[in-house]
Amino acid sequence: MKENDIRFIKLLILVNGVVPLALLIWDQSHNKLGANPQNFLILTTGMMTLIFLVLTMAVTPLRKITGWNWLIQFRRMLGLYAFFYGCLHFLCFFSLDRGFSISSTLTEMVKRKYLIVGSTALIAMIPLAVTSTNAMIKRLGGKRWRALHRLAYVAVIAGVIHYYMQVKADVRQPLVFAVVLAVLLGYRLMEYWRRPKPVMAAPATANPKSGT
Amino acid sequence: MKNPNKISSRDVTPADVYFNRRTFIRAGILAASAVATGVAYRHLNPVAAGKVNTPVIPGITKPNVATADAAGFRVDEPETSLEDITHYNNFYEFSTDKEGVAPAAEGFETKGWQVSVEGLVKKPRVFDLDDLLKISPPEERIYRMRCVEAWSMVIPWVGFSLSKLLDVVEPLGSAHYVAFETLLDPKRMPGQRSDVLDWPYVEGLRMDEAMHPLTILASGIYGRALPPQDGAPIRLVVPWKYGFKGIKSVVKIKLVADQPRTTWSAYAPNEYGFYANVNPHVDHPRWSQATEQRIGESGRRPTLMFNGYEEQVGHLYAGMDLRTNF
Repeated sequence: MKENDIRFIKLLILVNGVVPLALLIWDQSHNKLGANPQNFLILTTGMMTLIFLVLTMAVTPLRKITGWNWLIQFRRMLGLYAFFYGCLHFLCFFSLDRGFSISSTLTEMVKRKYLIVGSTALIAMIPLAVTSTNAMIKRLGGKRWRALHRLAYVAVIAGVIHYYMQVKADVRQPLVFAVVLAVLLGYRLMEYWRRPKPVMAAPATANPKSGT
Repeated sequence: MKNPNKISSRDVTPADVYFNRRTFIRAGILAASAVATGVAYRHLNPVAAGKVNTPVIPGITKPNVATADAAGFRVDEPETSLEDITHYNNFYEFSTDKEGVAPAAEGFETKGWQVSVEGLVKKPRVFDLDDLLKISPPEERIYRMRCVEAWSMVIPWVGFSLSKLLDVVEPLGSAHYVAFETLLDPKRMPGQRSDVLDWPYVEGLRMDEAMHPLTILASGIYGRALPPQDGAPIRLVVPWKYGFKGIKSVVKIKLVADQPRTTWSAYAPNEYGFYANVNPHVDHPRWSQATEQRIGESGRRPTLMFNGYEEQVGHLYAGMDLRTNF
């Protein structure tokens, strides 16, 4: 992949990621969000967060299966979009559902399990967004950065559970997210078990040589 | 002296054309992908809209404001639009998506509808709908409707008190509860093909609740016959209870001795009770019931005890612990 092509695909992601938001704003200003626009805004921004989180999770398996290593260069953007929509989701809840009341937002957040789980997902994304720049990767060092960014698993798993928990009876949609996520995480587990573990393997091969 | 820029610019021309074509194709891909994303978004987030063309109900009597206000027959708050009332529905028999009920219920056939009134009564009878509607003249009742999901509407129903029907069949002294049942027909109600709830939908009231004048059998809204998505051709409305108690498309009313099974409380007994009285002090285990989103308004309203009908129905629950009997 040429640098030029990478830049173009990044532009593609940037534009397509903003399309749902543009349509939300358009529909909102034209009074076309249905009977319960408040609920629609909260639900849709939450849905977009989950979609981008799952897309972020899909990068590594896709890269390994196809051998297209350049895919990794889009992961940061997808993750940042997840965080962006997650923040909008929270802002919608804070303003539309809680009427900008900090105290009522906080009381609800500690009282409702699904909100505790949802907040966990959003809070887990904050350090990831903050350390997403190249400078931060360098500062932390690859190893520590990768360890920190395992928080992405917390965010996506908590995000899907958060959605599942508030559905009244029809859990089909959250289950679709759960199944896709299970496949993506299952792939990682499979990879993990299939590979010989370097920590275990190292002494086994090193010992005969070092032994005197 | 030759201008070196001129020479190089001539050399560069093919690359320039190439670049332009490339830019053009990329702009095309960009636009096409954005449109595709937009279409996908629209497809996944359909917003229901449409007109209601059901027949106008003749001879509706308006409640006398001077006296009816006291009885709660007419709430003095802005009415929710017909558009919203008919395109934001919980009616799992058609769809679990509130915006998806109206399109899914379109064309629902109610010809030849009958309602069986049976059980512990002196005169059990299977009513043709027309005969049932003749029991009492249609009245306009403007009620608040509070959904258990913390949104609400103000709906001008057309109907009459359930007590009028019960009087006709003459309940026996042993009848303590009234059990209701929705039509079971997966061919006409596609939602019943999934097992999201245990079909048919069933609901119930205590005898005194059923006999209360506020409890009505509704056959219309805004002066027109009920459209399918709102429970055509006849449904229950109990304004001081959460909306799910208002069972739709009723085919059976049975008077019984013991508290009947009701769909939502059987589905999740810790979340939905038999009484399901609107109560801002008793939260749903997963969300607060203290406030509500009134459809068509921007801010939230505080939820009222018994949905604002405390004066009329509070005495029915005197001495009852409403935390355990939620």
